[in-house]
Amino acid sequence: MISAAWFDQIISLLAAILLLISFAMLSQRRILSLIELFAWQGAVLSASTAIVAYSANLHHLYYSAAITFALKVVALPWLLHRLIRRLNVRWDVETMINIPSTMLIGLALVVFAFNLAQPISQLATGAARHTIGIATATVLLSFLMMITRRKAVPQVIGFLAMENGLFFAATSATHGMPMVVELGIALDVLVGTFIFGIFFFQIRETFDSLDIRHMEKLKER
Amino acid sequence: MVEMLWLLGIPLAGGILQALAGQHRYAAELGVGLSFGTLLAAAALTVRVIADGPMLVFGEQFFIDPFNVFLVALTAFVAFTTAVFSRPYMRIEEHHGRLSTGRLRLYYSMYQLFTFTMLIGLTTNNMGILWVAMEAATLTTVLLVSLYRTPESLEAAWKYFILCGVGIAQALFGTILLYFAAERTLGTGGNALLWTHLDQSKVLLEPTVLSLAFVFLLIGYGTKVGLAPLHNWLPDAHAEGPTPVSAVLSGLLLNVALYAVVRCKVLTDGALGNHFAGNLMMGFGLLSVVVGTFSLSRQIDIKRMFAYSSIEHMGIITFAFGMGGPVASFAALLHMTMHSLTKSAIFFAVGHAAQKSGTQIMENIRGLIRTNPTVGWGLALGTFAILGMPPFGVFTSEFLILTTAMHEHSWSTPILLISLGIAFAAIFGKIQPIVFGETTLPRLPHPPAILPVFVHLAMVLVLGVYIPPALAEWYRQAARFIG
Repeated sequence: MISAAWFDQIISLLAAILLLISFAMLSQRRILSLIELFAWQGAVLSASTAIVAYSANLHHLYYSAAITFALKVVALPWLLHRLIRRLNVRWDVETMINIPSTMLIGLALVVFAFNLAQPISQLATGAARHTIGIATATVLLSFLMMITRRKAVPQVIGFLAMENGLFFAATSATHGMPMVVELGIALDVLVGTFIFGIFFFQIRETFDSLDIRHMEKLKER
Repeated sequence: MVEMLWLLGIPLAGGILQALAGQHRYAAELGVGLSFGTLLAAAALTVRVIADGPMLVFGEQFFIDPFNVFLVALTAFVAFTTAVFSRPYMRIEEHHGRLSTGRLRLYYSMYQLFTFTMLIGLTTNNMGILWVAMEAATLTTVLLVSLYRTPESLEAAWKYFILCGVGIAQALFGTILLYFAAERTLGTGGNALLWTHLDQSKVLLEPTVLSLAFVFLLIGYGTKVGLAPLHNWLPDAHAEGPTPVSAVLSGLLLNVALYAVVRCKVLTDGALGNHFAGNLMMGFGLLSVVVGTFSLSRQIDIKRMFAYSSIEHMGIITFAFGMGGPVASFAALLHMTMHSLTKSAIFFAVGHAAQKSGTQIMENIRGLIRTNPTVGWGLALGTFAILGMPPFGVFTSEFLILTTAMHEHSWSTPILLISLGIAFAAIFGKIQPIVFGETTLPRLPHPPAILPVFVHLAMVLVLGVYIPPALAEWYRQAARFIG
């Protein structure tokens, strides 16, 4: 018989891996590796959801784990790969702030996230005590990634990673949102990625590049 | 029940139909017809709710009370008049070669789906679905903002997408926290996110979690309301998108986002038992009023200027909801109505003016009263109305908000009054030469679709002079639900 404490240990371990992946994404310079890391993040997320489903005996979380796997490990990375191939760009990730400084800011964000999550963690039971802080940190780190990247594709991956962090918060703190809501969120994410894809083509067609720096015309005068 | 089915079914089916039907000649007329059907369904639903009181539909998944049915009616009405306006407007754009038929197809299809997402957001009882609908509303409009595919419009759409996406992600985190708090009192499962259940047991919700949740929800939905300092996407999206899209974004989407904030505020107030949520909303509201007005005078693009005016007005409404109480909530609801009607009327008039002069730069639009008297008068009267001149309805609602503010939070009155004064000077100073200045341009070759402008303004005028007792009672009921 596997005890509940053992499951908590596993969930905590997965949470730690999630945080490590977030940092790896923050420091990653190659876009293809970034997509790979994003897929790994999805896999960890899916695994943790499945474990929560097993330990709490909640059937709807199995579906949720399956959807996460299909969407975030298979569909989205595949879509992104395809986009990159069709756009024929395999550039390095360009950052606004150099990567060591970004990592330091990231560290500060993690401390901040744990403080922010303190009042919620106190109310939580089991593994959720540790994981809420980590989920918040993942969200903030993805946010940091979004605002420090110059090109459109890494920004979008940051956006999707942020959604992963939120999803992790939902499963670890509350055993998952109701099924309708989760389906709705998954649909929104999928449609959103398609629209991002359409955008990439429109942007490149118009600016001959996917560099966001070209898009600084609309400023207050 | 049947009304709900029609209300949500028509725009959803319409959107799919418009997408599948392809590039046919009567797409615009079909759009008007669909919006009219939605309006009829909304009217029927309104009559039902006013007569029978709040109701739960489809196994508690949808909840209609006087507060949201009022917004449903407003949304369906403005969506219909905008469809009427966009028929000739988009046809001329196509004629000018700014849009291809393929893009028009996208426009007509997305317009219906956009209406659908707003109506879902308004009527749903599930706080999670509310979030899904808000995100879907962004997704349906983002391709409309970039419809012209100019570098500026693409930039605006990208900014809109990223900023609102990040903002709405905060709201999702807020919703998760809300669910976390609700789960402890309502148990796991679908019911814990139903607003009616949350409302019943709101005093039992954990206050610390709820206050944190509200902060995230306010930031998230507040981004979509255009509250400063999260408003950066709004002027760009309004200025660069086609005019009918600016009209519905400004007149409707901002309202729906604010509706979401108010629903969350009701829960937070109940759980905390203090004025925390209200104070936050008042602060953000005032800041938006100030930022909005002080940006007005620097604008050179006419649609951009009115976008900042929307930020200012949403600030006023948020401030009024933040104050709370029957009078302030009543005034906020009235101001929501007035702002929607007036601002969309202004955008209609501005659309014609800009189309005629071929520019949105205010210096190059002159003498509308000569070249096209109806558009000129429409813009002039709309401007008077939005600036809060009596006897228009905006005056009534602003007056109510100001007097309540004077009673309850007297420190805020000077800020509001000075801002309103500056807004007046800035907008009037810029619109006056546009309407009455000298021009060498010939008269407009095609007749403008100006009827919606005057219908809206007439309603604003009538409501400014006389609010029918039935309508007042309706607003009062809605205000009671908000508390």
